[in-house]
Amino acid sequence: MSEPTEESVRAEVRAWLEANWDPGLALIEWRNKLADSGWGVPHWPKRWYGRDLPEALALVVEDEFRRIGAVGVARAGIRTLAAATILAHGTDLHKEKFLRRILTGEDTWCQLFSEPGSGSDLAGAVTRADLKGNKWVINGQKVWTTSAHRAHWGLLLARANWDVAKHKGLAYFILYMKQPGVQVHPLKQMNGHASFNQVFFTDAIVEPEFMVAEVGDGWKVATTTLMHERRGADSLRSWATASERKGRIYDEERAEVATTMEPYKWYPQRAGRVDLVLPRARATGAINDPVIRQEIAKLLILSKTAEWTARRARAAQELGRPQGPEGSLGKLVSSHVARAAARVHTYISGADALLSGADGPMDGVIAEILVSVPATSIAGGTDEIQRNIIAERVLGMPKEQSVDTDKPFRDVPRNIVSS
Amino acid sequence: MRFSFTSEQEEFRSIVRRLLEARSPTTEVRRLMATEGGWEREAWQKLNRELGLTAIHIPETYGGQGFGFSELAIVLEETGRSLLCAPLFSTALATSAILNAGTEEQKRALLPAIAAGDVTATLAFAEENGRNDAASVAMTAAPAGGKYRLDGAKSFVLDGHTADLIVVLARSRGSTGEEGLSFFTVSGSAAGLQRRRLITMDETRKLARLEFSGVEAELLGEAGAAAGPFTRTMQQATVLLANEMVGGADRLRQDALAYVKMRMQFGRSIASFQATKHKAADMLVDVELAKSAAYYAAAALDEADDELPAIASLAKASAAEAYLQTAIHAVQMHGGIGFTWDNDTHLWFKRAKSSEVLFGDANHHRELMMQHWKQ
Repeated sequence: MSEPTEESVRAEVRAWLEANWDPGLALIEWRNKLADSGWGVPHWPKRWYGRDLPEALALVVEDEFRRIGAVGVARAGIRTLAAATILAHGTDLHKEKFLRRILTGEDTWCQLFSEPGSGSDLAGAVTRADLKGNKWVINGQKVWTTSAHRAHWGLLLARANWDVAKHKGLAYFILYMKQPGVQVHPLKQMNGHASFNQVFFTDAIVEPEFMVAEVGDGWKVATTTLMHERRGADSLRSWATASERKGRIYDEERAEVATTMEPYKWYPQRAGRVDLVLPRARATGAINDPVIRQEIAKLLILSKTAEWTARRARAAQELGRPQGPEGSLGKLVSSHVARAAARVHTYISGADALLSGADGPMDGVIAEILVSVPATSIAGGTDEIQRNIIAERVLGMPKEQSVDTDKPFRDVPRNIVSS
Repeated sequence: MRFSFTSEQEEFRSIVRRLLEARSPTTEVRRLMATEGGWEREAWQKLNRELGLTAIHIPETYGGQGFGFSELAIVLEETGRSLLCAPLFSTALATSAILNAGTEEQKRALLPAIAAGDVTATLAFAEENGRNDAASVAMTAAPAGGKYRLDGAKSFVLDGHTADLIVVLARSRGSTGEEGLSFFTVSGSAAGLQRRRLITMDETRKLARLEFSGVEAELLGEAGAAAGPFTRTMQQATVLLANEMVGGADRLRQDALAYVKMRMQFGRSIASFQATKHKAADMLVDVELAKSAAYYAAAALDEADDELPAIASLAKASAAEAYLQTAIHAVQMHGGIGFTWDNDTHLWFKRAKSSEVLFGDANHHRELMMQHWKQ
């Protein structure tokens, strides 16, 4: 067989869609067809629901789906991270059991990494995994868990050996969420939303075959998940839209997207809503104030140059050039943009910035910006950690001196939550 | 291209950078900045011949290389990096004014000698009050037997005391605002022209005050129609300056980084302290964002973008904040040695300060940008 080309792939997927696409199908029925044919995730291995196509040709397939409005596999939420992790590190049993139901959207996943005592220092997790008989017994607490209340399965990082150094004692599990030992409570944020959960484990059980990495290798697997999380963070917003077309399959897809994206509905506000600044400044007349104009200009300069810097990074990537420093700055810069935008929205709103909800400007959107922006410089890696990463990886400055990696973890001073 | 350079452009940049590293080390910068002229003709002509710097954005019909502002901006970024002491920027500004305003015949007459490096030139527009807008021009031009006579004073003229050819913005007697403005060309050795080098804080960038008493001048382009070409020239000047600035800022950043990596205190590298690492990360952010704006603006010049008035000012404001902030951090990261004359940091610190103010500071350009985007 000859190597697939853009033309051959386009012709093949087009023919397949013509023969199979039917907006009257049930969502799950259609997605099972996608899994069987490999057209849902064409860049995945043939053996596991894909077609072994390179990423560039997978984009051609996506293009053809978009052209006729065909629905794709379930892509929103943590399930994408689960799929990537299982593909990279899972056993055949894991792939058999989980991948298809990830693609069809039947299973929802959550990521059980952060803890009250370990946020930036994720490897300092103290949730315990103890082998009792032939089962793993889990005790402890996780936090910032998106969608935990609906998840069927969780990606769990837990400590199974306290006598070795911190990174060495971690194990990685797939945990069934709908069991008596798992309790999920919503976590209300300062902006009033409760997008995340706290998850408590009291003798929760993991069957031994659902361990993804042996004790000692858990951290390595977690970094795979985190890498995909970082990569996916930018595209999160684009998942948030469902087609407005008519038909049973579109109705089901819309319902799915609405549910999955619910926790993220304030995310545009936490980024500062720079798009609203000029329209609001014109509408309120604040644009005529020279001091406010200066502040708006500072914000627009920051936001435009941030956008252009991201475009430079992408252009270098597309040209196959080594990534320059411009590729590592986006996260930190987005905090600057968000903070500047919140400040400018305050100046523009004047006394109205005191009001929220139905009484606030734009039916509360401005107030939501003001109280959501502080999340930007914390979530997904604090500004301080980002600066460390830039200094160490881009600028080649010395690594932080660690005081907790050369001794058994049980001797490391830590926050006491459970042990 | 706004977000990447072609491989030819990258190649050109590295050739320019290598040659400037060899010809314009800081020992040479320090030697030349202490001279009255601020540069030396023989060395400059040699460098210019080898790289064709003054010919870059002059079309081939006029003896140039026919490249665009993107290529010229690359050169400026590199001369900003090395603080090259030469009349390149001043000559490029005069060239732009001639290209924007001159007649076909005048371009053919004036540009080949500039492209060849035989003639250096500058643009004289600002006066005592240092303002950069056409309406502030008070110098008058009176017709005199097919030519003109200029009376008044120009100030803050880049390399004005050494330029062979001076492009001057003046107005007809009694005119105001943007009316009645014309460009003129004047010989640097014209009778009635008195030139005095100003004592500048940044010694690597020489400025002069020029007094005109009935100086003979040739009209450049159409009489009374210079306001448009002048605005365009200033946008080009602003973008070129922004590119020069990000070159200097990047050099300062890299030198400061190299220094903290080498310096030991309290038994450890000072680059291992978070206070230092975070500052270095912030400097990288500042410089890379300003670079993105400068590159985008240079490409916008070549593509004649409608948003150019806003983009040019955006690039200058971004570069002004980034360069000065980088300079402040760079002195701080060096500690005491960074405040000494012998350490090179102050050379760029002063260039950062002079560039911040030249052609309008960040506040001025933010306001220009907002005037464009207000509606």
